Amino acid sequence: MTDLASRPTDAVTPSRTRPPRWWLLLGRDRGAAVAAVVLALVFLVAVFGRLFIGDRAVRQDLGASLRPPSLDQGFYGLLGTDVLGRSVLARLVDAAGTTLSVAVPAVLCSLLIGSALGMWAGYHGGVRENVAMRVADVILSFPSLLIAVVVLYVFAPSALNIVLILAVARIPVYLRTARAESAELRSRLFVDAARTFGTPSRHIIVRHILPIALPTLLTVATLDFCFVMLTESSLSFLGIGIQPPDVSWGLMVAQGRQYLQTAWWIAVLPGVAIVLTTVSATVLAAWVRLATDPAQRWRLTLPRKRRGDRAAVPPEMIA
Amino acid sequence: MPETPLPDATAADPRGGAPATARPLLDVSGVTKSFGHGRRRLTALDGVDVTLRRGETLGLVGESGCGKSTLARVVLGLERPDSGTVRFDGTDPFALKGKELLAWRRRVQMVFQDPFASLNARMSAADLIGEPWRTHRDIVPTARDRERRVRELLSLVGLRESDAYRYPNEFSGGQRQRIGIARALALGPDLIVCDEPVSALDLSVQAQVLNVLSELRERLGVSYVFISHDLSVVRYISDRVTVMYLGKVIEHGRTEDVFDRPLHPYTAALMSAAPALDVSGASNGEEIRLRGEIPSPFDIPSGCRFRTRCWKSEERCAEHAPPAVTRDGTADTGQEPHQGLCHFPLGAGTTEAGVRPRVG
Amino acid sequence: MGFFLRKRVVSSAIPLVFVVLGVFCLARLTGNPVDLYLPLSATAQQRAEFSAAHGFDDSIAVQLWDYLAGAAHLDFGTSLRTGESAGSMVLQAFPVTLQLAGVTMLLAILGALVVGSLAAYRPNSLVDRIAGLLSMTAASIPDFWFAIMGVLVFGVGLDLLPTSGTLGGPEIWVLPIATLLIRPFGVLVQVVRGSMVGALSAPYVKVARSKGADAKRVVFGHALRNSATPVLTVAGDLTVGLVNGAVVVETIFGWPGIGKLMIDSILQRDFAVLQAAVLLTAVTIFALNILVDVCHALIDPRVRQAVPA
Repeated sequence: MTDLASRPTDAVTPSRTRPPRWWLLLGRDRGAAVAAVVLALVFLVAVFGRLFIGDRAVRQDLGASLRPPSLDQGFYGLLGTDVLGRSVLARLVDAAGTTLSVAVPAVLCSLLIGSALGMWAGYHGGVRENVAMRVADVILSFPSLLIAVVVLYVFAPSALNIVLILAVARIPVYLRTARAESAELRSRLFVDAARTFGTPSRHIIVRHILPIALPTLLTVATLDFCFVMLTESSLSFLGIGIQPPDVSWGLMVAQGRQYLQTAWWIAVLPGVAIVLTTVSATVLAAWVRLATDPAQRWRLTLPRKRRGDRAAVPPEMIA
Repeated sequence: MPETPLPDATAADPRGGAPATARPLLDVSGVTKSFGHGRRRLTALDGVDVTLRRGETLGLVGESGCGKSTLARVVLGLERPDSGTVRFDGTDPFALKGKELLAWRRRVQMVFQDPFASLNARMSAADLIGEPWRTHRDIVPTARDRERRVRELLSLVGLRESDAYRYPNEFSGGQRQRIGIARALALGPDLIVCDEPVSALDLSVQAQVLNVLSELRERLGVSYVFISHDLSVVRYISDRVTVMYLGKVIEHGRTEDVFDRPLHPYTAALMSAAPALDVSGASNGEEIRLRGEIPSPFDIPSGCRFRTRCWKSEERCAEHAPPAVTRDGTADTGQEPHQGLCHFPLGAGTTEAGVRPRVG
Repeated sequence: MGFFLRKRVVSSAIPLVFVVLGVFCLARLTGNPVDLYLPLSATAQQRAEFSAAHGFDDSIAVQLWDYLAGAAHLDFGTSLRTGESAGSMVLQAFPVTLQLAGVTMLLAILGALVVGSLAAYRPNSLVDRIAGLLSMTAASIPDFWFAIMGVLVFGVGLDLLPTSGTLGGPEIWVLPIATLLIRPFGVLVQVVRGSMVGALSAPYVKVARSKGADAKRVVFGHALRNSATPVLTVAGDLTVGLVNGAVVVETIFGWPGIGKLMIDSILQRDFAVLQAAVLLTAVTIFALNILVDVCHALIDPRVRQAVPA
């Protein structure tokens, strides 16, 4: 991590340096602000939407089958209906809940387990580090989609199983990042100092390494959220993910596929929802990366033009 | 170790006297430490002997790569020596475990070289100073005790109470180093190893920090191992000096003996590069320029390891390891003997200490 | 170099073994294929005969041993579905995917170099910001949805491209490759831009730029060469993702590649084909990674001494 001493504001500092308020920073970067708002909306809809839609996501009304999006069919007709007359809008809301209820727990699980293992392995080094990296390599070296398909086929595709397999498949991503941070920090002088007091390793990891590694891990988690969402959608599309009568955005695309010529909105709109969510999360992740690195935070106070290099996607995020 | 200032009978001597205690506080004997393996094996310490008595300040001098930092880490228990023994007040720290090891850690602490890197930038001064107590909870059990103790330590090192809640980036280098010293004092150690504590500071600030260290020595009776490449600083603060070169102790003795009448050519060369210190006249006022560069630690010269740069070297220096010689009049008088490793020591009046294998 | 190569091969072999073993066991956990291949009216004795004939009544350890023995002779069993040799089915499907993936990766790298360089040439300009937004979106689009949109717009709407199948001329490649392309392209654009901006912001570059066209070309070439390493690394990491994408693309467009073969054999419990396909895919991925590492080592000798992570 960058040495604080190189901060340009080091020369004259007030007696209490408070970190800039998050929302002020966010407000300055319009792109990130928009992304945050969109993401917040998606989360709100996912959490509370089901309270409002009643049973409209599953109630069949064959007389209203395949209606295109229109303004005169009431609020729930805004986005049309599918072949069984179910409101697409309602199903999108329902699917939001399902998709997020898979993606968020999966990310949390792998974040917690992967980071803990990674920091432990990176701090101690030696055999522990090597074994951890080997295991991470094994898991990452094979396409997650295929592993998920095989496992889900074996153990039946329930939401819980999807969460578990996605969590396990992504643990190595956090493990690698946490290990790299930990290994770099273990030879820092303040860690040596802590050792001279006799501080046990686990306390050193929690007190010194975790706070410094956390921003990077959170950025990785945000990007991983996109990946997990996309994978769950692909699995549901292929028929091996969320099963009817539950609904997910990927499943909706699959269900709408055969009506592409007659009722394109059934397949297209869920994809739009996915894209909106993942793009917002990606934009926000880039902002989070800058905002949580004290040495880089000053960049955000500059106008966009002068901001300099934007963070690139870390390679672990790709597979 | 007393937490409050002790009246010291020897306070008149600015460098503090060495009270007569039978057992040395620190006794390092024959310590060897290597890193790496195969062709890339680096021997950082090769049979190093060092002693320190209670209340003394030992200066440790040498170029970078001579092993001083490794020795510091061994003394602090951060590195385990491959061979040799370390005794702190009679106990071997490397044989301790659990609670005993934790108790021992309170007695030896360190002040690090880099005042920027040795403090976690995300912790306030109070957090930093108080960090040791989180592992040794019995010393200052209550929050109020902790706050009080932090204030005491801050004033001991010359900082203000209000500084307790500031962060490292709000302090200057010298102030950060004082925080480091306060932190080192938090557990009440008997020995503080100072690893180049003023090297990263401006000259004017160096004096301030050195004064803090001297004062602490007077008030609290703490012993120091003071590592530095800056000879004037070492001379100011040390009772005794040990000179190291490529992992070996090549000269040691009382400060005035070593600085005024150096035995070893290397020491003389070091002195000559700082003319203000050179009282011996060994160089006749000219700077001794050493030939060549310091050899790679992976490929240490045979015989005397200094011979590649020494103007006095002859064939004997390549074939035989140099013997330990003692300056006459410094042994067996209750003083610290002045000894060095050389085939052709400088100045008259030296005898080989063939019997005693101690000087390594 | 030979030592480095051997180290890498050995360290890659371990994950390979785990993957193959894992799939072997997992596949068998999906249940006895008897139920899928024999009619419901089959008697118990017929089921027993079927099981015995294919070795499904043996313990997993025995089955594994038989499989390994066969594999040593390059006999990977026969497909339950078609009766053909699993090895030959896999070898037929492999080139299809290889073509798809190969062309995709090539286009992605070339395209990323062009777009990334353009974006890096004037950082934070409109071009750069558009490129950034596009690449970020491209890396976030669900590939199956993109394919469907493509089918909708170009196949159904404009009737320009076929909606599936492998009959026809070059137009059949457009949608599948476009779908497979977007994610690697999006990621690589950001990598190229990042490394080019870094290389181009060095002081000597500003001097060169002011000197004129020729100097600019030299500097650009130098910056491009600098990008080669990160692009190579990331492209290597992306190959695993390409297999994911190939599964989806082949399923949607009905291409008889290895991705579709694997999905079909999972759903139909065609163990032999699944195992052979997994083995071939895994070996290819590892071989590719080793190739990338070798290229790295050739470019940067320091890598050869480091222990591969």
